[in-house]
Amino acid sequence: MSENTTIVENATCTFCGCVCDDMELTVDLDEKRITKARNACVLGRAWFLEHRHQERPAALIDGREVSVEEAIEEAAQTLVKARFPIIYGLSDTTCEAQRQAVALADFLDGNIDTTTSVCHGPSGIAFQGVGESTATLGEVKNRADLLIYWGGNPAEAHPRHFTRYAVTPKGMFVPNGKKDRTVVLVDVRATPSTPVADIFIKVRPGRDFEVLWALRALVRGKPVDPGIEEVTGVPLATLEDLVERMKNCNFGVLFFGMGLTMTRGRHFNSGALLSLATDLNEFTHFVAKPVRGHGNVTGADNVVSWQTGYPFGVNFNRGYPRFNPGEFTTVDVLARGEADAACIISSDPASNFPRAAIEHLKRIPVITFDPKPTVTSELAHVAFTTATYGINVTGTAYRMDDVPIMLRPAFESPYPSDEELLRAITDRVRELRNG
Amino acid sequence: MSTMLRITNGRVYDPANDIDGEIRDVCVRDGRIVEQLPEDAPTLDASGMVVMPGGVDMHCHIAGSKVNLARKLQPEDHRLDVHPRTRLTRSGTGGVVPSTFTTGYRYATLGYTTAMEAAAPPLSARHVLEELHDTPIVDAGFYILMGNNEFLYRLLEKGRMEEFRHAVAWWLSSTKAYGIKLVNPGSDEAWKGKRNANIVDLDQPVNAFDVTPRKVIKALIDVANDLGLPHPAHIHCNNLGHSGNYATTLETMKIAEGRRAHITHIQFHSYGGEPGRNPTSKAAEISEYINTHPNISADVGQVMFGKSTSMTADAPLAWMLRNVTRGKWVNADVECESGCGIVPFTYQEHVYTHAIQWAIGLELFLMAEDPWRMVLSTDHPNGGSFLSYPRLIRLLMDREFRREQAARVNQKALANTSLLDLDREYTLREIAIVTRAGPARLLGLKHKGHLGVGADADITIYDEQEDKEAMFNAARYVIKGGELFIDNHEFCADTEGRILHVAPEFDDSITEELRPFFEDYYSIRFENYAVDDRYAPHAEVIPTGA
Repeated sequence: MSENTTIVENATCTFCGCVCDDMELTVDLDEKRITKARNACVLGRAWFLEHRHQERPAALIDGREVSVEEAIEEAAQTLVKARFPIIYGLSDTTCEAQRQAVALADFLDGNIDTTTSVCHGPSGIAFQGVGESTATLGEVKNRADLLIYWGGNPAEAHPRHFTRYAVTPKGMFVPNGKKDRTVVLVDVRATPSTPVADIFIKVRPGRDFEVLWALRALVRGKPVDPGIEEVTGVPLATLEDLVERMKNCNFGVLFFGMGLTMTRGRHFNSGALLSLATDLNEFTHFVAKPVRGHGNVTGADNVVSWQTGYPFGVNFNRGYPRFNPGEFTTVDVLARGEADAACIISSDPASNFPRAAIEHLKRIPVITFDPKPTVTSELAHVAFTTATYGINVTGTAYRMDDVPIMLRPAFESPYPSDEELLRAITDRVRELRNG
Repeated sequence: MSTMLRITNGRVYDPANDIDGEIRDVCVRDGRIVEQLPEDAPTLDASGMVVMPGGVDMHCHIAGSKVNLARKLQPEDHRLDVHPRTRLTRSGTGGVVPSTFTTGYRYATLGYTTAMEAAAPPLSARHVLEELHDTPIVDAGFYILMGNNEFLYRLLEKGRMEEFRHAVAWWLSSTKAYGIKLVNPGSDEAWKGKRNANIVDLDQPVNAFDVTPRKVIKALIDVANDLGLPHPAHIHCNNLGHSGNYATTLETMKIAEGRRAHITHIQFHSYGGEPGRNPTSKAAEISEYINTHPNISADVGQVMFGKSTSMTADAPLAWMLRNVTRGKWVNADVECESGCGIVPFTYQEHVYTHAIQWAIGLELFLMAEDPWRMVLSTDHPNGGSFLSYPRLIRLLMDREFRREQAARVNQKALANTSLLDLDREYTLREIAIVTRAGPARLLGLKHKGHLGVGADADITIYDEQEDKEAMFNAARYVIKGGELFIDNHEFCADTEGRILHVAPEFDDSITEELRPFFEDYYSIRFENYAVDDRYAPHAEVIPTGA
């Protein structure tokens, strides 16, 4: 470690959707790395401390090192030649870059989609159907006396969700922190989050919808057949007890994760949960919130929505935005073999998409933007190495509760940002298309 | 584009400079109105056209977290109304809550060049600014919600008015806001506390705090005046939408005790009758008070039949509407600062309440003796889209049209108003006042809303037509900041508008009190709260102070 260090206070961790903004980073300026990340959780520490500059060219075409300018030209040419170019990813970059990405899709008459379509997309669809009663995390900290986590494992996926925002902190109207709150965990199995809960409810896999619907019935005073236990694994008495707690709390919260949105029922599950929270407002104050994964996936939803009117899965083929999940979501346009060029921004679909989608990705020219080599960048026609948001690049990230937070970078990167690259490609695409 | 332009042969309406339909030249140079130009300056022939300052919307909801939630909530509304891309301009979708680009282009199409987002929780100021950045052409600002602020309540409880003033100034400066907004002051504590209550009386104690709505309103009216803000406290009164609420509205206006205050969407606050029963019209009583109290101004918040979206920081109101529609509902609590509710809504001619709301709005316009203080608004998109302004203008200018429309609404409701007795027709001069000159003056925007020398060259040119709805529906030319954006009905350029904001000074010692409050009760760091200049790259600071 060199002597040349600096401290960045109030930095923001963009690893997960908690977007904690109280990091104190010790930065070794000579070695260009973060040596200490105070206040970071285990995930945040890994995010900051393991960050190293890749000894990697800033741009590659078919694996050959080229200048950034050359790569920008090739990317623009590739996209302009395509008849159905798609843009995907976006949940691990700044809102400023996301805005440029939508502009690029617009001027290409292309398709844009974010990782939301494979995580909380169903929650977005459910939101369109029934709305949502929700709150910022500070309100949860200040007021919530009943917390229900459904289909998520924050202890491992969002470690500070419990400690900074929801369970342990002392708030204005819950001055004793956890002592003033009841925590309920609903999941198909016990997880490291279970010990935090006062009540653990184990649901048979794939039966969340039935449980939620039975709770809605009980909240409304409708009878529920005790046979519900055979179907869901949850005794009726347990559900009745939970309903009493929900109706009699002062400020209740339902947090839900991908255990609910990506299992059987999908947007029906999210819709049932959001409706349950709404119903409970007849009796007391109740809110719900999807617990989002990627650092700025909430920003991606917001940006795509304000520019197009729709949150994800947006297509500009006709010169204006259209929305249809299943038709314009990336897995689907790839699996059906429709896309003929792809721009992948800070995401690695080649490592986690269904096989048919990956196979098509291998057949078409792919342009990647990523700070690190990925399975997708390995198969890319044009691969950009980019600066990392929150570590090298400033900008805006939206926390899972829609609160926008500014990023304080620790040190500069030799690589350009997603925003700079996307802006340059958009400008070039406009020149090429407008002749 | 030349930096000079002479607009010739147009009929000019510039009420702030007492120009009432005179045929005269308007000269533009380097973004401003000038006295004269060289002989060979380029000209724009406006023969047969009406020239006005660019429109100024002082109360609309176009950017920020609640607007975006309402956008996301209604895909069905977007797909019916698409806005295609051109070589110059971005695509988007419309409906009553259009996407950001579409919002900017459509305001420009109507001839509006300035718009004020009327309700932003300070915590999401960055979000508002990011969306305004993507709202082209119009200059914009926003008011921050301060009527339910827990930190300010604590100062108010102890009567620490000096610190209260510094805190308000800190909040305005830190968020790059234009003004102070109050929404149903005191109600959030009741709403977020157990059982989703509301506050109904100005002297009712606010849950958990030793303050009352009256105290909050008085303090914020005073602080806006004491700080010399260009626009006074912008007040959404308590009891919005409830029968009998006119008494609350009158009482609220009296709290000002002669100091400046702006009562927004006053139509929604001018109802007689018993709570829970059908409303009656109290437009006459409200108008009488405003006509005789020059310290008070208002915008109407006209209801227009058809699709709207109720989006408000008044969460209890949205819950009441949700219990009417039983449809989609959004609630969004913002820590320490605000609530928010969203309900898609349709105003229908045959429904008693909707018809009387429509008629009361028109009564308020037609009874206003001083149009400078009764501004045109629909509280977009609450009473209806801003795209309905041209129709509203026709309702004001064309008595026969108004009668035809009145014949189609619930007659029982109409009979409870004096609308049919009001023969007044607005003149073009009066329209120019209620859509431009008046709001600019009330906002303290000295360089907007008029065409005097030195003013911003924000100019709209309409074809003069008998059908005023058609006339105001689409400007033939729109010039913003001296640059032509709409040329013969076509967009010929695109740009980002400016952010208009205030930056009143405050004593730094207030931050020593704010910091521990943030540490205890907010979920983001105090140091990360203030918005820096990058979020407003084209900003204009409007001066404050006496």
